[in-house]
Amino acid sequence: MNSSVSEASLELDYRELDRIIEEDYQNDKENLIMILQAIQKTYNYLPKPALSYLAVKIGVPVSQIYGVATFYSTFSLEPRGRNIISICLGTACHVRGGDRIHETLVDQLQVHDGQTTSDNRFTLESVRCIGCCSLGPVIKVNEDMHGRLKQDEIQSILSRYE
Amino acid sequence: MKITSITDLDAIRQACFSRLYAPDGVKVNVGMASCGIAAGAQASYNRALQEFSTKPDISISQTGCIGFCEMEPLVEIVAPGKPRMMYHHLTEDKIAEAINGYLANDYHKKWILGQMRDPRNILEDDIANPQAPVTPAEGFPFLEDIPFYAKQTKIALRNCGYMDPDSIEEYIARKGYYAFLKALTQMTPADIIKNIKTSGLRGRGGGGFPTGIKWESCAKHSGDRYIICNADEGDPGAYMDRSILEGDPHSVLEGMLIAALAIGSKQGFFYVRNEYPLAVKRLITAIKEAEKAGLLGDNIAGTNFSFHVKISRGAGAFVCGESTALMSSLEGKVGRPRAKYVHTVEKGFRDGPSNLNNVETYANVPPIILKGGDWYASMGTANSKGTKVFSLVGKINNTGLVEVPMGINLKDIVFGIGGGVPRKKEFKAVQTGGPSGGCIPARLLDLPVDYQKLAEVGSIMGSGGMIVMDQDTCMVDVARYFLDFLKEESCGQCNPCREGIKQMLEILTSICQGNGKEGDIELLEELGAMIQRFSLCGLGTSAPNPVLTTILYFRNEYEAHIRDKKCPAGVCKALFHYEIDPEKCTGCGSCARKCPQEAITGDKKKPHSLDQSKCIKCGICYDTCKFDALVIR
Repeated sequence: MNSSVSEASLELDYRELDRIIEEDYQNDKENLIMILQAIQKTYNYLPKPALSYLAVKIGVPVSQIYGVATFYSTFSLEPRGRNIISICLGTACHVRGGDRIHETLVDQLQVHDGQTTSDNRFTLESVRCIGCCSLGPVIKVNEDMHGRLKQDEIQSILSRYE
Repeated sequence: MKITSITDLDAIRQACFSRLYAPDGVKVNVGMASCGIAAGAQASYNRALQEFSTKPDISISQTGCIGFCEMEPLVEIVAPGKPRMMYHHLTEDKIAEAINGYLANDYHKKWILGQMRDPRNILEDDIANPQAPVTPAEGFPFLEDIPFYAKQTKIALRNCGYMDPDSIEEYIARKGYYAFLKALTQMTPADIIKNIKTSGLRGRGGGGFPTGIKWESCAKHSGDRYIICNADEGDPGAYMDRSILEGDPHSVLEGMLIAALAIGSKQGFFYVRNEYPLAVKRLITAIKEAEKAGLLGDNIAGTNFSFHVKISRGAGAFVCGESTALMSSLEGKVGRPRAKYVHTVEKGFRDGPSNLNNVETYANVPPIILKGGDWYASMGTANSKGTKVFSLVGKINNTGLVEVPMGINLKDIVFGIGGGVPRKKEFKAVQTGGPSGGCIPARLLDLPVDYQKLAEVGSIMGSGGMIVMDQDTCMVDVARYFLDFLKEESCGQCNPCREGIKQMLEILTSICQGNGKEGDIELLEELGAMIQRFSLCGLGTSAPNPVLTTILYFRNEYEAHIRDKKCPAGVCKALFHYEIDPEKCTGCGSCARKCPQEAITGDKKKPHSLDQSKCIKCGICYDTCKFDALVIR
């Protein structure tokens, strides 16, 4: 889906990038995955200019960084919404009706996995098991866990997030 | 203070004894693992702090997960001379009242799970049971006697829920780091390896490779050797490794230190799943505390043994649980497995000899060193020694983590410990081993659980997830679910796995949509056999297991989908519809009120009717009806 954050308008803070790459992770290419995680934490996604900059700093080709960024499911090359909904599709949640919760979310938000609503309010992501199986089916909105969910509770939960 | 000898440990242990077993005043221990926090433990903890932190004789503390997840938030309240009471479902609105009741010796029976008979772990048999002199409260069962705990033997989970995971003193007070110092000062590397070999300990992450043999072969190869802890617990439905890291991180660290001594390594790594932020946080604290105590770093305990550890976080790739993929990911690369003509114990991480075990395996090591390999080998079966932690989840009453001796039968786990299936539904199968495992049907419930027996019925031990399924679970849909998972997670470099899984998934999806045809089952079997034989790594070779076992044990469900175009469990939407049984419908109207489509109508106290043209088969009515009046046709 489209997004109101346009990449062109994004100003990268190179001092912050330097701090992450040099101080936190010692310019070490073995730390690539964790550097990407730190960048994503700062910007909510992986801005392409940041990846080009990183490539030069740690001496790893952009192609390889792109490979890593697309191989691992945590990373997003697109800007994400203000609230991240992670729906657990682990086996325990699946047998307890996780799919139906997933359908309800897709239906109410009108987006599929990995997409962001047009008002930039929510990004829907599916994850495989958060390890809270006793509470299944579970969704996580940002850092909040919502367990033992029923389909008719979704709307009121979503309304709590702006 | 730097620890240099067992005498130092003794001093800390003595000083910390009262904190654990005879606190000055009342001590409230809130179970604060991820699952407890999700169930409201953080709010309970905060409320208790708010209400009681100014009172000098009450302290509020955190512990790890005590295992009975269904009952979270779990809170234990203890005081000298009084019973140790375990409260269940103690949400923030109840905690103050529970504490006040405890203070007044007026225990809230409804909220109490039981009282603890003996808080010691298996290593603390050199001290008397601190709870022995206390007169038990009448009318409250002992925690150790309730069915969920009665059959458990806690070795890997020995400290989870019994101590503050952020406190190295409490770990030492429960005889932590004694095994490491024993190994460091009294044992040769060969002694350590011999002990582990005698114990019969096998890898708890899935493969089940004998740990002692792995250590021995790694030690034989020269170069910079690495000790790696696989905490990339990816099997959906398994969370024992998270629980151990969150509840007892030092036990894993100690296991790695002993492995480093045995193998001769200076550098260790934790590879932790990105979904486990709390585990990472507790590990960081544990590492810092161990460094401060001189148990980690250079010249440990004044010897010339040095060992450093680093934490790396995964980024959401199931295949990185495979050893070669994990090591590639540790190097900051894409996590693709390689063929193992040369094993990782010879050339693994940075091309050096690398020893990889998972969290639970390392947590078992200290007790083996302290109590001896023979002691560990006295539990379990001929080929599977010791205990195993299982996560009991899905359609089961007592969801939770349980640690039982190998060889216990499935029925004892599912019905004895787990309390059977909720809402009087019929038990159908238990799925073990995650996406690489299989579904075991009701008629095989007497099966003793060990590596070999599970393999004989087409499943695997895996990391210990047990997902219980009932009559409402469609086995074809479960097979489709796992293949969908594996299709997403296949790294894509070998053809049989990448294309084979996709083809199998397409067939299964078409069966679930009502487009299955004769010959599909045979085609699935043929494809499955091909993928098993020719895939590069364990992900591919085990991928067909969920499909092949469900075909083996639930062929009739596949045939119902293909021939009769019916989904007997009422999951595959194209193959069933709901009807209201007028004999059973009381006209209470609760389904009609909840139906998002307004498809259910009827007069009060008279049987209702369902408009099939409006129904979207969301299942809300089926879940809502208390009279079983909604039926699947």
